Amino acid sequence: MAQPDRPLSPHLQVYRWQITNTLSILHRLTGVALGAGTLLMAYWLIAIAAGPEAFATAQGFVGSIVGRIILLGFTFALAFHFSNGIRHLFWDSGRGFELSAVHTSGWIVVIASAILTLAIWILGYAVRGAL
Amino acid sequence: MVEFTLPRNSKIGKGRTFKAPEGAKRIRKFHVYRWNPEDGKNPTVDTFEVDLDTCGPMILDALIKIKDELDPSLTFRRSCREGVCGSCAMNIDGTNTLACTRTMDEVKGDVKVYPLPHMSVIKDLVPDMTNFYAQYASVEPWIKTSTPEPSRERLQSREDRAKLDGLWECVLCACCTTACPSYWWNEDRYLGPAVLLQAYRFIADSRDDHTGERLDDLEDPFRLYRCHTILNCTQTCPKGLNPAKAIAETKKLMVERR
Repeated sequence: MAQPDRPLSPHLQVYRWQITNTLSILHRLTGVALGAGTLLMAYWLIAIAAGPEAFATAQGFVGSIVGRIILLGFTFALAFHFSNGIRHLFWDSGRGFELSAVHTSGWIVVIASAILTLAIWILGYAVRGAL
Repeated sequence: MVEFTLPRNSKIGKGRTFKAPEGAKRIRKFHVYRWNPEDGKNPTVDTFEVDLDTCGPMILDALIKIKDELDPSLTFRRSCREGVCGSCAMNIDGTNTLACTRTMDEVKGDVKVYPLPHMSVIKDLVPDMTNFYAQYASVEPWIKTSTPEPSRERLQSREDRAKLDGLWECVLCACCTTACPSYWWNEDRYLGPAVLLQAYRFIADSRDDHTGERLDDLEDPFRLYRCHTILNCTQTCPKGLNPAKAIAETKKLMVERR
């Protein structure tokens, strides 16, 4: 514990990033990102209701390069938070706590969220006939 | 409270370098956290060159050699030198472990040695464990009974005894607790993995009659539920125990008894 007359030993500054803490903070960050992403989606939906001009503006932003990068991040956040959420459900039931299982499930989540993100985008472009 | 940076008095400055003796062939560099309560200065990281040809294989061997030959003021806790006492817990190469059971071969490059993270430093590698021990005492880590005392000891089936394996082996070195970011930010209210593992050790003991009261005591947004299953605890435990699993079992019991 911090005491005024004594230094606090370094923590984040020295602790090694391992799959355990890395995926944990990523879960937290993607959760926050999903909150922000939902606001973007709400804006897009409101724009639909607000008429063709507003919708064209929203569509223009979402379709721009910057917009697409944001959407890509949003999709990954959703895929990761969803996959890791399932991992958390297993933990809540008391399963998958052996260190080897923790590492395996962690990597499965990383790979699954990458595949899911990619699949959503391929599907998206395919539906628009852009592929 | 979450504070990502170190307070001003804890920022680490540049330290001194202690050269290995002339003629040393196999040299390993050790970067060791130093803080002297008597000189009023900020902590530093000193560099020690250790001659591996005259040193034992463990990190603790190197620290003892440094204290013997390079700087006798280097301060750290150690006792059993075989992973039983838990005294030499420190942050080595970025993770918490016991200096006596970690070999130098397991570390790539220079060896970085810091005290257990996010603790108040008494001197060099010696952290203040007062809060940790007080939290340990708060879970009343002894068997409590309400049934009449038997004429001999309280017996336990082999199956019930087996439930304590993986719990009793804990040496309370605090490696797991001080590896937990949740504990870093809420050490005043969250019990942390080591103490929760010990709390579960008595919850799981068939001879203990106070399971309900023990669970009542833990049923709190902070004491138990600051665990977010980060799993740094299980990852770092030098005894190969699984505090995260013990915490999950405790949380399950909370749900089951509703």
